[in-house]
Amino acid sequence: MLFIGLIASVIFMESNEVASMKKYKPLERDSNITTEKAYDQVMQVLMHPRCMNCHPTDNVPKQGDERHPHYFDMARGENDKGFSATKCAACHQEENNDYSGVPGASHWALAPASMGWQGLSKTEIAKRLLNPSTNGGKSHEELVEHMTEDELVLWAWDPGIDANGQPREVPPVSEENFKIAVKKWFDEGAIIPSEK
Amino acid sequence: MEISFQINGENRSVQVEDENTPLLWVVRDVLDLKGTKFGCGKAACGACTLHVDGEAVRSCSYAVKFAKGKNIVTIEGLGTPERPHPVQQAWVEEIVPQCGYCQPGFMMATAALLSKNDHPTDEEIDANIINVCRCATYYRMRKAIHRAAELTRETNLQSTENS
Repeated sequence: MLFIGLIASVIFMESNEVASMKKYKPLERDSNITTEKAYDQVMQVLMHPRCMNCHPTDNVPKQGDERHPHYFDMARGENDKGFSATKCAACHQEENNDYSGVPGASHWALAPASMGWQGLSKTEIAKRLLNPSTNGGKSHEELVEHMTEDELVLWAWDPGIDANGQPREVPPVSEENFKIAVKKWFDEGAIIPSEK
Repeated sequence: MEISFQINGENRSVQVEDENTPLLWVVRDVLDLKGTKFGCGKAACGACTLHVDGEAVRSCSYAVKFAKGKNIVTIEGLGTPERPHPVQQAWVEEIVPQCGYCQPGFMMATAALLSKNDHPTDEEIDANIINVCRCATYYRMRKAIHRAAELTRETNLQSTENS
């Protein structure tokens, strides 16, 4: 029975990998940045408040460019989506709300606790990102797909206005260049420079 | 643009020029249901809390287009004077309100909590009921939430015995 289950798991994993490979678009070779530069650009984005605010290491989402704790003691709660009666979705909808200044995007939630990055170094973040035991079992191909296609990730470049009507700051690397950098870094093995 | 939904058990359609109009504005100004309050307009205070498909939602930050086909309940639809919701009954028993402005939001948030957890601890109340009351009626509200939970459990027990 266990053997059959194991075989089924392997087939399932392989079919998932095949599915993700089909979606995976290889890097266009005309980008001329080095792999170290690509890594640096990826990290500049991951460490920006638009990304980092929802990757806490203390289960408390952060807000604003100064990264203050989310107002009213909102926390990770259940399934990374807040509490039973006060979920993230009580305020955060599928898109930014220009009337209230509340940000929104598809499946708004905290990143899993294993993907907490706040306070970590670039190297530590990269290790968590690449390790399937902390990244939700994602392969490199799946990570590329997640980082370049997921609507919540890409929200960072369309973060809307804040409660005072001011546009939120976007990451220092453009969306287009981030995608190129992600593909470049992963195409060349996702090597962490400090670990060479 | 016409948007249809169910509200307090009635099917209603509204005409809006902007599909991103906050649901709160539609509820108050178009449907004339004034029980749901405008507080901060930034989804921070919770005075505008109502239920959409059973979930507590801050309606000042909820575009009316998202309400299409959904089931909305406001404080007016929570209970009746003859048959108040356990939360309404507890609020009366404990004489919770002072100015009262924020109370509908608190009551809707509490009703959402009790629909999922009819025996909340103080910690669970603190985590889930994060609305703001400038009269600081929090102490009385905590008592009322526990009383409402008790009434809810009694109601649930009676329903089980009758089924």
